[in-house]
Amino acid sequence: MSASSSVAPPAAAARPARRRGGALRRFLRHRLAVFGAGVILFLTLACALGPYLLPFTDTHIDIMQRFAPPFSGAHVLGTDALGRDMLARLLMAGRISLLVGFSAMAISMVIGIAVGIVSGYYGGVVGTVLMRFVDAMLCFPSIFLLLAISALINASVSSIILLIAITSWMEVARIVEAQIRALRARDFAVAAEALGASDRRVMFRELLPNAIAPIVVAATLNVAHAILAESYISFLGYGIQPPTPSWGNMLDSAQSYLTSAPWLAILPGLAITLAVTSFNFIGDGLRDALDPRMDGR
Amino acid sequence: MHPQPNEAPPLLEVQELRKWYGGPREGLFRRRSVVKAVDGVSFDIRRGEVLSLVGESGSGKSTVGRTVLRLTSPTSGRIRFAGDDITTLSRDAMRPFRQKMQLVFQDPYASLNPKMTVEDIVGAPVEIHEPGLPRAARRQRVEETLALVGLLPSHAARYPHEFSGGQRQRIGIARALIMQPQLLIADEPVSALDVSIQAQVVNLMLELKERLGLTILFISHDLAVVGHISDRIAVMYLGRLVEVAPTRALFTMPRHPYTEALLSAVPIPDPTIQRERIMLTGDMPSPLDPPSGCSFRTRCRYALPACAGAVPALREVAPGHMKACIRDDLHLAAPTGLAA
Repeated sequence: MSASSSVAPPAAAARPARRRGGALRRFLRHRLAVFGAGVILFLTLACALGPYLLPFTDTHIDIMQRFAPPFSGAHVLGTDALGRDMLARLLMAGRISLLVGFSAMAISMVIGIAVGIVSGYYGGVVGTVLMRFVDAMLCFPSIFLLLAISALINASVSSIILLIAITSWMEVARIVEAQIRALRARDFAVAAEALGASDRRVMFRELLPNAIAPIVVAATLNVAHAILAESYISFLGYGIQPPTPSWGNMLDSAQSYLTSAPWLAILPGLAITLAVTSFNFIGDGLRDALDPRMDGR
Repeated sequence: MHPQPNEAPPLLEVQELRKWYGGPREGLFRRRSVVKAVDGVSFDIRRGEVLSLVGESGSGKSTVGRTVLRLTSPTSGRIRFAGDDITTLSRDAMRPFRQKMQLVFQDPYASLNPKMTVEDIVGAPVEIHEPGLPRAARRQRVEETLALVGLLPSHAARYPHEFSGGQRQRIGIARALIMQPQLLIADEPVSALDVSIQAQVVNLMLELKERLGLTILFISHDLAVVGHISDRIAVMYLGRLVEVAPTRALFTMPRHPYTEALLSAVPIPDPTIQRERIMLTGDMPSPLDPPSGCSFRTRCRYALPACAGAVPALREVAPGHMKACIRDDLHLAAPTGLAA
């Protein structure tokens, strides 16, 4: 699984605002965001490189060592019901969960930006139809939508990614639509039109770069949402199927041993919490960092 | 408008231009009312001429500018550019004309994309109209144009927020000029600038006009600025032209009461001159519900009952001097000391 290759540190996604130094400085002043960025960097590196450094693979079954508690022997974080090394499984699961998180974010951003920019730019009938469709999609509680569709399809990593992406692009579409609609009335957009620029040029060269700050924030929060969504579906058994580990299905298989081997649930639960809150902190930090009005704080 | 013997056809002809917003929609709860932002405006501009369009905010002068450029479509009327009727051209058909007619904006802060460098902003027209041109050649064109407006080649790599208002307006002018247009529409190009900078920018435009043979439609609310730059002046009130005259004639012998009032508001840099200040009372009437007849009559100190009758037509009262007022018996005050 070459999951790690698509996993980039999220800080790189923070495109330079007007004054790069200013944005970076504001981000660094946001302690929780820096903490979050550090955690995500650490998790990403650990999941990418960790499995190569461990003495056990995630599928190695050590039948003599079933339910070994953490810090009790050769297995640092203990073993599960089949005697598989928890740390190895946790890291391999992290690859899947982070891959799902980032890929679903990327796809949902593409859909959301496309829908938002088209409806914001053209407005009128096209815009109304698209945005009412967005509203209709938002009417479904996304967890039910996720479960309903996942019950119908064959669960694989890529289908889960797609599934999460198509249930989470609507917020982005709304953000982009509002931004583009406001920017479109600005003089520089009128100027581009007066120069004879094509629609595509106005949309992507003139308008979109000016909406990048809220998009980056939404993207960060979308990663958190996607990781959480994958956990839900996998926890309920519709998502990533064993033996491929994900944080969600590790939680699922830990249910039966909640009292006898609580670390089976606590460890993946901790990983999910850590990843999701870190992404949320980064999102908060970026929101402040990319808004120059926050400079006075 | 008025015949110009032994003259080439005008570069821009505008006939009975109307731009109405809103319009009939038998809505669910109420009827939409019509705003006649521009209501039957006709003028033309000869090659090499500077025509100024003057009026208060809300008089529709900017709408005229944007409609002429087809940034909004006129409700009715006719726009000819160098003999070609561009009134109903599609966006694609309009594109070749866009190189030849350009716009300078009022607000030099809002009209430049904050996320683009000066090179990209000024070079954008080249990129659009000559997509095959190599980057280096485009850069050279940008630097030449920057030099033309008094900026340095090193400014090309910077972002708009690094410049002052006057410099930004120069960038806007450079963008408008890089394709060597024939017609420049300047929509209040100096009213957002400090007074000390205004003269610089106006002089720059005059100089460029001479050097490049530009024709300019200069939109402004400030007669003082306009007197310096224009050959002719058209005064607009509530969507209609009320007086059109050569600059000198308008300043020395205004024929319309509204022009008289505007002139009396122009500051004269000589404290010894005493003059009567004509204060217009009240605001401009709402274009949603304009007065009957002459729309200026509600604020006009010479108004007669007859003014409420019909909309006065714009008619020639002296060679090249037209007004829309039924009172020919007026001797209106021309402020002394105004350099026309």
